[in-house]
Amino acid sequence: MSAKAETMNEATFASKRPAHVPSGEPLIQVRDLRISFRLDRHNTFEAVKGITFDIPRNSTVALVGESGSGKSVTSLAILGLLPPENSVIDPKSQILYGGRNLVRLPPAELRKLRGADISMIFQEPMTSLNPVFTVGYQLEEVLQLHMGMTGRQAHKRAVDLLREVGIPEPERRIKAYPSQLSGGQQQRVMIAMAIACEPKLLIADEPTTALDVTIQKQILDLIADLQKRHQMSVLFITHDLAVVGEIADYVVVMRNGEIREQGPARAVFEAPQDVYTKALLQCRPQLTRRPMRLPVIDDYIQGTGPQHMEERHRGVRASDPIVLDVKNLGKSFFSREGLFGKREFKAVKDVSFKLPKGKTLGLVGESGSGKTTVGLTLMRLHEATTGEAIFEGKDLLSMSPAEFMQYKRRIQIIFQNPYASLNPRFTVGQIITEPMQIHRIGTNAQERTDMAFELLNKVGLSEVSFYKYPHEFSGGQRQRIAIARCLTMKPDILICDESVSALDVSVQAQVLNLLQDLQDEFGLSYIFISHDLAVVKYISDQVMVMNNGEIVEIADSDDIYRNPHQPYTKRLLASIPKGWQGHA
Amino acid sequence: MATDLATLRSPARTAHREVPHTVSPGLWTLAWRRLRSDRVGMVSLAIVVVFIVMMILSGTGLIASDWAREVGVNYAPPSFIGPEQATGPLATPEIGAQTQGAAGAPLEFKSTVVDPLGDVISELKGERPKPAVEAPPPASSAAEEEKSVDPLADVMADIRKGKGKAESAAVEDRKATLPLGGDKWGRDVLKKTIKGSETSIFVGLAAAVLATALGTLFGAIAGYYGKWVDDFFNWFYSVFSSIPDLLLILSVAAVLQRKGTMTIVLILGLTGWTGVFRLMRAEYLKHKGREYVQAADAIGASNGRRMFLHIFPNVSHVVLVQLSILVVAFIKAEVILSFLGFGVPVDVVSWGSMLNEAQNELILGKWWQLAAAGTAMAILVTAFSLFTDALRDALDPKLKGRIRA
Repeated sequence: MSAKAETMNEATFASKRPAHVPSGEPLIQVRDLRISFRLDRHNTFEAVKGITFDIPRNSTVALVGESGSGKSVTSLAILGLLPPENSVIDPKSQILYGGRNLVRLPPAELRKLRGADISMIFQEPMTSLNPVFTVGYQLEEVLQLHMGMTGRQAHKRAVDLLREVGIPEPERRIKAYPSQLSGGQQQRVMIAMAIACEPKLLIADEPTTALDVTIQKQILDLIADLQKRHQMSVLFITHDLAVVGEIADYVVVMRNGEIREQGPARAVFEAPQDVYTKALLQCRPQLTRRPMRLPVIDDYIQGTGPQHMEERHRGVRASDPIVLDVKNLGKSFFSREGLFGKREFKAVKDVSFKLPKGKTLGLVGESGSGKTTVGLTLMRLHEATTGEAIFEGKDLLSMSPAEFMQYKRRIQIIFQNPYASLNPRFTVGQIITEPMQIHRIGTNAQERTDMAFELLNKVGLSEVSFYKYPHEFSGGQRQRIAIARCLTMKPDILICDESVSALDVSVQAQVLNLLQDLQDEFGLSYIFISHDLAVVKYISDQVMVMNNGEIVEIADSDDIYRNPHQPYTKRLLASIPKGWQGHA
Repeated sequence: MATDLATLRSPARTAHREVPHTVSPGLWTLAWRRLRSDRVGMVSLAIVVVFIVMMILSGTGLIASDWAREVGVNYAPPSFIGPEQATGPLATPEIGAQTQGAAGAPLEFKSTVVDPLGDVISELKGERPKPAVEAPPPASSAAEEEKSVDPLADVMADIRKGKGKAESAAVEDRKATLPLGGDKWGRDVLKKTIKGSETSIFVGLAAAVLATALGTLFGAIAGYYGKWVDDFFNWFYSVFSSIPDLLLILSVAAVLQRKGTMTIVLILGLTGWTGVFRLMRAEYLKHKGREYVQAADAIGASNGRRMFLHIFPNVSHVVLVQLSILVVAFIKAEVILSFLGFGVPVDVVSWGSMLNEAQNELILGKWWQLAAAGTAMAILVTAFSLFTDALRDALDPKLKGRIRA
């Protein structure tokens, strides 16, 4: 994104959008905001360390940062939603709104502001809506409470709102329960509730992170559109710089509770001043380039700067030996219907592909496309309904469990959420040595411990980690532990199921580099499942696009991104956030 | 947002990075630290520990092994009240005469107690012979009654003789007051309470362990395997819990055919697993789909390994809390059973049997045995319940937040 921005001609975007001129006093002024959390009787943790920024009227401000940067805490402070029992806002802090300091405002006054003047949409629309009431009821409730409307007025307005946020057939949908709507529609309902009272400020906390890329694009367009139409300000909180580039007028970059850089989007994207901002812009995989290794944040912070990297060539040759040959794989789930009936749901339909040795097959698709099911079925964590997977001349899917046990260690999987995939009651040492015990790798405990130390070094963790518990590590470090666990079994094939999706951008680059190093060293074959098209483009030799359980298109990654054949692939690629392009 | 907040809440991560050390606090250590900072929890834990130490000491015979000795006068009052004045025949300090009265002819007894129906009865007795013509059968039946032989007469005579001897030997040492008073036979209520705690706490703990073990095992199997196994256990559970509790306890007691401490443990253990079963089944259902269990499956861990090595430590806090809830419930259940007479045999003392004795004593105004057993039980049960709450607070909240984050 920034690479594009840098190479882009100044004249290309100069005319596209007039630089925003703030009219009069900003809507919200945050002055020296300090927030700390009480951890126990003696310790506090300072989450936000004296930040100052403005939210101008009628514009979109993006608060960007990785996890732990304090961006969500800041937004909750504006709304007065921080848990009072363990959070302390420094008394000198000020959040000025219309001449009033929100930090000092009594709770009753704040409550009047919330919903009416300032409203918020959250990351997870499924958990923010009450499942036992219809969306209409929930929408009308807001209108009746804050706007003092009668039931009939509220109903009419609710239908209008649903129409405005782009829900088809609003008269019918208003009677729907949240579970009857898709994720994107649920988020639209949330937005409808948020704008119901014509707020002056809409706070959007990672509103598209949980959504598919095509839906994400629609929601972003909707928010941008509403912002203009209602002349409101939007505080957009996200970790994704590509999204910021598409939507923001102003950018505030935060790290560890401090503001690293702030300014108009154009300045931040085109001429970032801070090393951290530069690093953030660089370490995300880009669609246009593919360096041998991704730059990581430490390169910038330590001042070694971006080294010039050779471009890595990707692609599969016909001569590559095939390690796994999947033929007509199918997986159906059955749900009861009536007393004796069964309804079949085909999650994966007739999927065939070949995985060459030492290469990476990227598997992309939206949620529900069956990409994860393919991975789990190959591991036999789900039993396949049809098809075969030939590995060393044998069909993995039809052999007995006892026979499969020998092959189990040859195919391993790294899960999406490193917080959930490690047993919290085990030390890292136990986690890593367990597979060796099960598969009788290494003759005694000492030998296994030595191997574990070696692997910890290999994935870039210190030997002290051996004695620690998973909760003491950050997300990226946990994912390294999970990778080390897989490596103990010296697998031939590694299935990465959204393995870097839950990680911060900087950590993502490190883990991707690690995976690449391991592939170069051991000749591992990867099946890389992800919804993130940029990451898949970077790491894959071949890309397989799935939709509704079927393969849409399969081709070399460069080919498919440059020249997609199928309309679905085209649509998918078109909705990737392009980042800062001078708001093309 | 959730991730951000979770990051803030776990100070360990940043703190530990700077200080190199070899042994990190596990989740149990962290839970223990949280428990230690809970004042109410620690006080109640101390009380529970005192009771358990008392139970162990009494079980090994170091204290209160001589609880059955009749060291005081009958119904000796507590020391802080002082010796009772000789007001009634039952409280008379002249033991010899009293023993005579108690062991001797019950007819004499009758004369000392005012029978409110006495006049009526004597009238009836007096009138009865008159209508001899009208009702001859009652007369003959009365004659039969008189003829009937007491089958225990010999035994009773022996006991009376033996008792008379023993008491005459011990008569001299008997104290007029005891620390917490004496019972009907002059036994020390304090020692009885200590000995009784041994039975009650042991029954509570052992039965709770048995019930929790059964419930956990069934719940784990049902929840983990699901499908028909789950159906089977659910049917079993439904049928089992459809029988009224007391009826179930009585029927188990009838099958076991023996009175004793172990019997009560079995009765309570075999009937009390249902609640634990339901909870553990739910926990296993929830955990078997978690990624760490899938990961264990992926590295080839067997079903047993996944069930007990991987999942169990992650749900053990639920087990622990259930266990202590059951201990409280079973201590009370033992007391109720013994009170109703289905509990421990006569030669064993428990809080329940003490309360059972106390119901007769209370009529005579001898409240101390009731007070001692009742207070001891109330203190232990309250302390245990408070400790359970503290334990749940220490084990539950953050742990769950962290796994989900």
